[in-house]
Amino acid sequence: MSHAPTLPMPAHGVPAVRQAGPLPGLPLALGMTLVWLGLIVLLPLSALLLKAATLGAGGWMKVLRDPRVFAALELSFSTAFAAALFDTLIGALIAWVLVRYRFAGRAFFDALVDLPFALPTAVAGIALTALYSGNGWIGRWLTPHGIKIAYTPTGIAVALAFVGLPFCVRTVQPVLQTLGAEFEEAAASLGASRWTTLRRVLLPPLLPAMLTGFSLAFARGVGEYGSVIFIAGNIPRVSEIAPLLIVIKLEQYDYAGASAVATLMLGMSFVLLLLLNMLQKKLAHGRHD
Amino acid sequence: MAGMTDAHPALDGRALQRNPLQEPAWLRWSLIATCMAALASIVLLPLLVVGVEALRQGWHVYATAITDPDTRSAIRLTLLVAAISVAVNTTFGIAAAWAITKFRFPGKRLLLTLIDLPFSVSPVVSGLVFVLLFGAQGWLGPWLRAHGIHIIFATPGIVLATVFVTFPFVARELIPLMQQQGSDQEEAASSLGAHGWTVFRRVTLPNIRWALLYGVLLCSARAMGEFGAVSVVSGHIRGLTNTLPLQVEILYNEYSYTAAFAVATLLVLLALLTLVLKLWLEWRHGSALARRRVRH
Repeated sequence: MSHAPTLPMPAHGVPAVRQAGPLPGLPLALGMTLVWLGLIVLLPLSALLLKAATLGAGGWMKVLRDPRVFAALELSFSTAFAAALFDTLIGALIAWVLVRYRFAGRAFFDALVDLPFALPTAVAGIALTALYSGNGWIGRWLTPHGIKIAYTPTGIAVALAFVGLPFCVRTVQPVLQTLGAEFEEAAASLGASRWTTLRRVLLPPLLPAMLTGFSLAFARGVGEYGSVIFIAGNIPRVSEIAPLLIVIKLEQYDYAGASAVATLMLGMSFVLLLLLNMLQKKLAHGRHD
Repeated sequence: MAGMTDAHPALDGRALQRNPLQEPAWLRWSLIATCMAALASIVLLPLLVVGVEALRQGWHVYATAITDPDTRSAIRLTLLVAAISVAVNTTFGIAAAWAITKFRFPGKRLLLTLIDLPFSVSPVVSGLVFVLLFGAQGWLGPWLRAHGIHIIFATPGIVLATVFVTFPFVARELIPLMQQQGSDQEEAASSLGAHGWTVFRRVTLPNIRWALLYGVLLCSARAMGEFGAVSVVSGHIRGLTNTLPLQVEILYNEYSYTAAFAVATLLVLLALLTLVLKLWLEWRHGSALARRRVRH
């Protein structure tokens, strides 16, 4: 698989290179875009916010004070955090090995990285449960040591680590590819050890990419449903994730409650991702100063 | 894993003294072994376990499970929903890319962010929003009931949720590519008197066809595999509103493990086919695709 340098989506903030010419179709194309976007995405999402607003202050206090809601949100965010952290570390290492070393089967392993993107989440869910349950392929070796993975919060983190891994490899890989050897050569010729070079020369440009991977894996993990519900065990206040609580509230026709949990989840993710984005910008800037 | 060569053959350290840009061999090999073992156990094992569990009771049970009438109707529904979603989102993606990359107007950045929005929404929430609109107690629920229109717990709801989830796929493959390509060719054709549609069909479409195919591929794979959003709006009515992933869930929750894994192998094959086609497109037509970004 070839990886050209990553560029942000060019349309973001970059002014068009030249003045657009007299091409036809703007009203039709833009009109269709706005109508579809409005009907499919914006209208339904505003229905969510409106529904959450109907709860009023009293209803919101009830939701916020509900220990089951609190536990579910805490579980979703903490397991997503742990899984994203694991993915960031192992993902950077995998990216390093895939970019810098040549070995038989490298292309195969490189292709394998994308599998969690392609595999439907429900399939991942039952497969991971089959692996990590007490008599599963991996679980049976852990049970004698008293380690339980399936039907515990650890199982949730395992599932989230699976779905998040490609983000953390694919964000770091292109950056590593564009890092020429000249800086490392310079560092080595100045007498830096390999470890110092890694820490002082290679790590600074890699950190922003690792943080991007972390954010993507984390965001995906917070909202993930299909791969988690089979392995989680879904015990209220122990292994019940926030998305599942939304489904349960919906099944009880508690639309407002479901919307409240969903709004809380979206709001918290939004704030955290904003913070991560700011940190990422700071890191990316810091090395040009 | 024999046959290893160095990343920089010219700097091969075996003949000279140890290359300062290369980790010592023992470290290199332990890193390779650790990472590939991790990758194999995280990604490859789940794939293998699906196949093994599906065939645990032999080919006959496997064949029965995947030819079951409920499974067959799930396959039909999955293909129908994917076909509609791909058609809708391809039309949208082309329109959005044309508007965004060929013209200047204020608010472009906001528009791009909004198009990407469905990627940052939990699948469950993607289903929830349509229940809030069209569900029995939703905003339009009473009106729909009075007119005998079924959206939630019926095919239209499944289509809507899937369209929402796969909304950005085609657009975000086309927009960066068309941005890179610019509008010179279209403007030349247009100044030579070509009609708008002709310009699109004869100039733009040949330029973007591989990226379009790439977007369609990712869109259809996700549409067929979507679980969370569809699960919320489907109602899980056997033979009627079950897609393949939901069929897997139902069988699994009924403790029909072998059947669940058998149906899951169909989705695994789909995932592998997607990966192979994706790799082929990247390998064969990589230069005709937008520069790599992380794709969902």
